Amino acid sequence: MSDSASMLAHHFDDLDQQREASSLGMWLFLVTEIMFFGVLFCAYLIYRGANFAAFAEASHSLDIGLGAFNTAVLIGSSLTMALAVWSAQVGRRKATVWFLVLTIILGSVFLGVKVIEYSAKFEHHHVPGATFDWHAPYGDPVNQDGAEMFFNLYFAMTGLHAIHMVIGIAILAVLIIPAWQGKFTPEWHNPMECLGLYWHFVDIVWIFLFPLLYLIGRH
Amino acid sequence: MSTHAAELGSNYLTNGFSLKSWLLTKDHKRIAILYMISITFFFILGGLFAFAVRLELLTPAGDLMEADTYNRMFTMHGVVMIFFFLIPSIPAVLGNFLVPLMVGAKDLAFPKINLASWYVYNLAGIITLGAIFMGGVDTGWTFYTPFSTTYSNSYVVLTVVGLFINGFSSIFTGLNFIVTIHRMRAPGLTWFRLPLFIWGHYATSLIIMLGTPVIAITLALLAAERSLHLGIFDPALGGDPILFQHLFWFYSHPAVYIMILPSMGVISEIISAFARQKVFGYHFVAFASIAIAILGFLVWGHHLFVSGQSVYAGLVFSVLSMLVGVPSAVKVFNWTATMFKGSISRETPMLYALGFIGLFTIGGLTGVMLATLGFDVHVHDTYFVVAHFHYIMVGGAIMGYLGGIHFWWPKMTGRLYPEFWSKLSAGLVFIGFNLTFFPQFVLGYLGMPRRYWSYPDEFQVLNVLSTAGATVLGVGYVMPLFYLTYSLAFGRAAGDNPWGAYGLEWETTSPPPTENFHHQPVVTGEAYDYPSLEAKSV
Repeated sequence: MSDSASMLAHHFDDLDQQREASSLGMWLFLVTEIMFFGVLFCAYLIYRGANFAAFAEASHSLDIGLGAFNTAVLIGSSLTMALAVWSAQVGRRKATVWFLVLTIILGSVFLGVKVIEYSAKFEHHHVPGATFDWHAPYGDPVNQDGAEMFFNLYFAMTGLHAIHMVIGIAILAVLIIPAWQGKFTPEWHNPMECLGLYWHFVDIVWIFLFPLLYLIGRH
Repeated sequence: MSTHAAELGSNYLTNGFSLKSWLLTKDHKRIAILYMISITFFFILGGLFAFAVRLELLTPAGDLMEADTYNRMFTMHGVVMIFFFLIPSIPAVLGNFLVPLMVGAKDLAFPKINLASWYVYNLAGIITLGAIFMGGVDTGWTFYTPFSTTYSNSYVVLTVVGLFINGFSSIFTGLNFIVTIHRMRAPGLTWFRLPLFIWGHYATSLIIMLGTPVIAITLALLAAERSLHLGIFDPALGGDPILFQHLFWFYSHPAVYIMILPSMGVISEIISAFARQKVFGYHFVAFASIAIAILGFLVWGHHLFVSGQSVYAGLVFSVLSMLVGVPSAVKVFNWTATMFKGSISRETPMLYALGFIGLFTIGGLTGVMLATLGFDVHVHDTYFVVAHFHYIMVGGAIMGYLGGIHFWWPKMTGRLYPEFWSKLSAGLVFIGFNLTFFPQFVLGYLGMPRRYWSYPDEFQVLNVLSTAGATVLGVGYVMPLFYLTYSLAFGRAAGDNPWGAYGLEWETTSPPPTENFHHQPVVTGEAYDYPSLEAKSV
């Protein structure tokens, strides 16, 4: 166990102040993240309104089974992340490490499924660009541009989300080292708390992406 | 008082002389100095581009450079000045130096992130400079699609990648300020005892946090569209180029307040110090900053009056835009009231503050004119708009920056600058500025469009005036470089508080020690309590 006093940065008065500062900082960062994703959500809503039928048709081509599976995986990873933070808070060294590893595994499963989904898009020529080719699977031949816009946004939104997952997993992996060394104590566990907030945020983004991209307009 | 500093020996400047002690410093004061060096470089660069633009416009014919070169010149002038000078200038230099001092903290909340922000800024600068040296960019600083995504044959992607990265430095700084102001105030320093400089930076940081991510993702989408043919803004693929304008101005209009709110904070400090008065209506000035920050997010649509948005949207944006004039006017009136019956001394910082009030008032009033739908349709994309935003952004932000640099120079360096030269340069800046930009109001009203490299003969007289003014302005801007540098070696020792100003930053030594204060300061009085300061000194 390391000395908690050594964790106090020189410019703070006490650990409480330091902890409050880092968690406020993390919340503020998440506000910027909301604005960051917000642009894409905003564009999605606008273009969905403009190409209603095409978006509904295009969303049918997404694999709802894989999407639902991934949603469950991600919610599971939120649970293991919360348990990792809790273990760090109460100073259980081994449990912290194990829950971090579990979270990494679940996050990687999510990304693996995403790779499967993306490669299916490539196979079916649903990736926007010169080779884009769209046939409405259910009846009406809808406008090609509208469907392409759906896939533009699909790749932009899930791609940005996946980048955030990759960054999250990388930080999880880095934090295993101090967790293994028993650096996190009931007095000092700021990095784990901040990472927990980040991970839950990334999950919540998916909780909005899944219905918007996969579910609404389905019949 | 200055012997006090000498006795204690070490201050933040003498605490290590190696290059490493500067490049790896986590001291907010040293980071402020590093920022000052980088920002000065970009200011000179942006100024040179501006001078090229003004030289081309000296004659009606496009005889100095090709139209294409001219497009690149004004674009790079805009990109460099806005993203690498105006937006970071006051927060990154004066804010970094003063926010912890003014709230009585030892440092900003996240010193490593603060240092990272300087590196990120420079990395972004190098990438953008790379784009410039490879041939530049010709889209205008607004990067409107579909020109920027499809037709322009300049280095758009490289430039926006630089700006995307630069956004992080902005966010890091804003995040640091908010957390520091919330969590690290000295005992007794309640919210309504904070200097108005802090309120200005708080409001600015809110805008940075809410706005910067929006421009970042917008520019990322632009780059993706240009390189990967994602069609978000491309009408040929079902996209909407107007969406780009909405998203762009959602950040870039509030960005004006990122430039102006810290400047207003500086002006409040200077005016109260040199009028030796409490700031009249302190609460109103503080809340006006927050009001400007909030309203600033509701007015972006006034950039789209002629884009084909609905008349009703235009109407709403017109009214909301005029509303920003209210808190702005509150500030101007309160500064004026602060000076009323004050004993005013006309030191250099005060000259800048007075200049600010004059220029900002002209800029603000023409802003209300432009917010008016019918008038805007007449002068849209003319030199009237160019003059307006230069009065606000240059007249506002740079006057505040220079005023602030002069005001706190003794605190930052422990030296006084030569009074005669500094007053002369302040005068040249004011005269040169008005000579440059006032004729542009007339030009625009008469119908000279912006961004053209040649113009009908009848506009020449006014353009010559403007270019002459730009030369005077340039001289005024360059002078501080010389006399401030001179003062570093030969300036008189300043003492801890050469202006007899009120505020925590003046209670520590000049230059301050690395830990800012020798003892934890405790605040017992209201901000700007000059009357009691005067009573004590009698």
